[in-house]
Amino acid sequence: MKIAVCIKRTPDSESRFKIAASGAAIDETGLKFDIDDFAGYAVEAALQLNEKAGGGETVVIALGPDNVQESLRKAMSMGADRAVHLKADASPPDGIAVAKALAAELKGGGYDLVLFGKHAFDTSAGVVGTATAELLGVPCVTAASQLSVVGGKVIARRELEGAAEMVECPLPAVVTIDEGVARPRYPSLKGIMAAKKKPLESKSAQLGPIRVTASKAELPPDRPAGRILGEGIAAIPELVRLLQTEAKVI
Amino acid sequence: MANVLVFAETRNGEVRKIGLEVVTAGRKLADASGGGEVHALLAGPVGIGSHAAVLGAHGADVVIVVESADYTQFARESLAATVADRVRAGGYRAVLLGFSAQGRDLGPRVAARLDAPITTDVTDFSVSGDSISVKHPGYANKVNMTLVITGSPVVISVRPAAFTATESPKAGRVETAQAAAPTGATVKVTEVKEGAKGRPDLGEASIIISGGRGLKAAENFKLIEDLADAFGNAAVGATRAVTDDGWRPHSDQIGQTGRQVSPQLYVAVGISGAIQHLAGMRSSRTIVAINKDKEAPIFKVADYGIVGDVLEVIPALTAAVTEARKGH
Repeated sequence: MKIAVCIKRTPDSESRFKIAASGAAIDETGLKFDIDDFAGYAVEAALQLNEKAGGGETVVIALGPDNVQESLRKAMSMGADRAVHLKADASPPDGIAVAKALAAELKGGGYDLVLFGKHAFDTSAGVVGTATAELLGVPCVTAASQLSVVGGKVIARRELEGAAEMVECPLPAVVTIDEGVARPRYPSLKGIMAAKKKPLESKSAQLGPIRVTASKAELPPDRPAGRILGEGIAAIPELVRLLQTEAKVI
Repeated sequence: MANVLVFAETRNGEVRKIGLEVVTAGRKLADASGGGEVHALLAGPVGIGSHAAVLGAHGADVVIVVESADYTQFARESLAATVADRVRAGGYRAVLLGFSAQGRDLGPRVAARLDAPITTDVTDFSVSGDSISVKHPGYANKVNMTLVITGSPVVISVRPAAFTATESPKAGRVETAQAAAPTGATVKVTEVKEGAKGRPDLGEASIIISGGRGLKAAENFKLIEDLADAFGNAAVGATRAVTDDGWRPHSDQIGQTGRQVSPQLYVAVGISGAIQHLAGMRSSRTIVAINKDKEAPIFKVADYGIVGDVLEVIPALTAAVTEARKGH
C-alpha cells in the first residue's frame, strides 16, 4: 500500500513548562522535542501494515519550520521511505488551515491510506486528521484503538464512552490513531544511517487563512498542599469523616 | 442577535448528558451574543423526537428533530452533512457540540464542510464583537490556553462536565428535518460492544476509583470494583502501566495518552503519580491517595493521603464507606 503518515513535532510531554515572555505561548527554551506520541503510533502502524503486506511505500509529512525535518528524519530512521516537509513559520492552532495545506499535498498523491495521530499533545485539539479527510472526500475512521486492512477495507475498533465500536470502510481512507494500535520501535543504527540518504522534499505549505490564534497561555494553579492523614487502616475513620464534612462526597 | 445551533447528542435512543450540557452552553453563547435563539438538533432513530421537551426545558427555542432508521448507529457522514446543511440554511453564528466520542468525530467534519474555524475541548468562552475567546486546556491539561476564533459561523466543542446542564425553559418549538444522504464512501458500524453495565463513563462520573501497579495483580482490581460499588455510582479507572500490562482495557486508562477526567472525587489506589498520570486527573476536585510509599508524588497532589498497604486498607475503606452511606 502507499501510505502517508502526517506527523507533528511536539515537546516532550513530561517537561516542566514555562510561559514565554509573549504570555501567549510556552517558552521552548531547553525543551526536548520529538515526534508526537500519537503520531509515533501512526508511523509504527503504517510500517507494520506495509511489512505485513510485504511491500508498499510509507511517506511521512510534517508542516512547520525547518526543525520538523528532525522528526521526518527520525520517522525515516524507523523505516519510512521518504519525507515531505511543508514549510511554514509555525504550525498554527487553526486546524482547518493546517488541514487545507495537508490536503493540497495529499490530493493526487495516490495514497491508499493516510494516517494521523488522533490529536497532538500541544494543541490537544484533534481536528486536522478528520478535517483533512473531509477535504479529500474520503472516509475517515477517528481514534482507532485497533487497526487492520483486509481485502481493500479498513477494519478498526473505536473506544466510546462505556462501549466500543467496530467499524469498517473502503480504501482510500484516513484513519486517526489512538493508543493501543502500536508502540513505536526504536530506530536501529542501520536505520539511522539509511535515513540520512532517504529523500526529503521541502516546499511551501499552502495554509489557508488563520482564524484561530492563541492570545494567552497560563499554567494551571498549583493544588494546595495535601495532608497525609496517617498510616494504614487506623487513618480510615478520619478519611471518611473528611469525605463527609469537608469534601462532602459521602 | 445571533442564533446558535447545538448538536444534542443521543445514543441508544436517549439524549446524553453532554447533549443537555451543550444546550446550556449554547444558551450562554446566544445570550452573550446579543440574545439570539438556541436551536437544538435532535437526531436519532425513529421516536427520538419524543425527547424534544427536555431540550426546550434546558433552553432550546427550537428543536429540530431528525429521525432516520440509519441513526440507530453513529452515522457520522450523514450527521455531519445534516448539521452542515442546517447551518447553511439557517445562518447561524456558531455550532456547538460536545467534546465526546461523537463530537470529537463530528466537529472537524462539520467545520471542514462549512469551511468554518473550529476550537475543541472548550471549558468556557466569552464573546467580544465578532470574535469569540475560548478557554482550552492544551498540552494535555498542563497549559491553559485562551484562543481567539474569528469569522462566522464557527464550530466549538465543549468539554464534558465543563458546563452544568441547567433548566431554563424556552418554547422548544418542534420542527422536523430530513437526514442528509452522505455522498461517497462511508464508515459503517459493524458491531457495538457495550461495556460493563451499571458504571458511568469516566468522563461523566462524579466519583472515580482508580488503580495502579500497587495492586500487585490483575485480580486485585476486584477491590477497586468493590470500593466503587460502596460509593454508589462510581467509575473505575487505571494507570497506563496497568492497561499496558493488560490488567484493564486501554479505554480505562487515565492520563496524558488516555482519558482526562475531573470528577468531584478521585481515589488513587496504589498509584505512584507519574507525570503522565497526573496530567489526566490533577484537575479533580478532591483527590485521595492510598500508597505504601510516603514519598510517592501522588501525595503532592492529594488532598488526603493514607500511607499503607492497599490490599489491607482498601477492604477496610470499602466497609467504612458502605457503613457511612447507609440510608442513602
